[in-house]
Amino acid sequence: MRITLWINDRQQELEVTCDEFLAETLRNNGYLSVRQGCSTTSCGLCTVWMDDKPVLSCSVLSVMANGKRITTIEGVQDEARAVAGFLVGEGAEQCGFCIPGLVMTVLAMKKDLRQPTAEQIVHYLNGNLCRCSGYMGQLRGIKKYLGVE
Amino acid sequence: MRINNYVAPDNLAEAYLVLNEHNSNTVLGGCTYLRLTSKNIDTAIDLSRLGLRYIEETADAVEIGALATYRDIEVSGILQSLFSGVLPQSVMVIVGVQFRNLATVGATVYSRYGFSDLNTALLALNPEVVLYHAGRIPMALFLEQGASKDILEKVIIPKADLRASFKYLRNSSGDYAILNVAVARSRDEWKIVVGARPFRAMIAAEASKCLSGSRLQKEDIERAAKTTADELEFGTNMRSSREYRQAVCEVLVQRAIQEVIS
Repeated sequence: MRITLWINDRQQELEVTCDEFLAETLRNNGYLSVRQGCSTTSCGLCTVWMDDKPVLSCSVLSVMANGKRITTIEGVQDEARAVAGFLVGEGAEQCGFCIPGLVMTVLAMKKDLRQPTAEQIVHYLNGNLCRCSGYMGQLRGIKKYLGVE
Repeated sequence: MRINNYVAPDNLAEAYLVLNEHNSNTVLGGCTYLRLTSKNIDTAIDLSRLGLRYIEETADAVEIGALATYRDIEVSGILQSLFSGVLPQSVMVIVGVQFRNLATVGATVYSRYGFSDLNTALLALNPEVVLYHAGRIPMALFLEQGASKDILEKVIIPKADLRASFKYLRNSSGDYAILNVAVARSRDEWKIVVGARPFRAMIAAEASKCLSGSRLQKEDIERAAKTTADELEFGTNMRSSREYRQAVCEVLVQRAIQEVIS
């Protein structure tokens, strides 16, 4: 089936199967920042934005994304670099496998919440798992990025 | 999981027709559990063109369209201000924001998931579900009987002078609840609902009745909680034993009642 996606503001006509998920479609077309972790909606590694909202691309059927705007970390490189700088500053990047999904959620949170509290940050990031960092370094880095005490 | 064909109908009549053309034809919801199934779907039906994503307040009710997401519920000003905010409270701890941007009310209610937090909170508010073919029926009856090859259009919650509370216990944040409880009081009528038993949400009818006629003293609350734990069935799964759920039930029901009368 042929679908049209606006990936990082670029219109693309793609051929997909009816049971193909967006994470696979994106990776098959070169968007390798999109990681596949649990593929069971638990880990947040595959987070991308669909019409500016963070979603789990492992669980969005590509046919249901037809006509929508998809943003991956390749489309927000400057903002992503800024977040990553704060994470690295706190030694929170570790293996790095979860970072693209985490950064996409942090950037979505920045748009969604004004002056979030530490509690709101933790709540918003509840769907992004990291098996290396223990989260505290990430939280310190994100709070610094957002200017939250 | 396999899907052979995909359609996005322009109206409910067409969607219903396609759904009933083949036994394995299936309506798509948020698709958050689709990957976990071993289904072979002949035609997957996407309802996103039907304008079913809304939360609207009318003079005497709140209507939630089938495609409203958990996130829509969580951030809805209408639902934060009505029913003591139990509906946003019931969904805000489920997995992460990315999941809640996908999971839909219609799929949760229609699938009658036993582990659902939302169904428990909804059931305490005396709602009705509107199905394309079967029409408008009480949600309590729908959760009991289900529906065969129908399409859920919306959930209607009557406005009432009501106070409610939603409680749960989880092994860890974002996990499925070991047990969840919703309690609502409208004038002198109480409703106690328990879900994730791990069976689907159910009203504790005897306990609700016993509380409705009581003076709400400490012993009345304890009796209602004990009656709830005695009258409902509990089961064992990987999250908890039957006995633990039954013990937790008494505690959560007491806490919820206390919150409603405080």
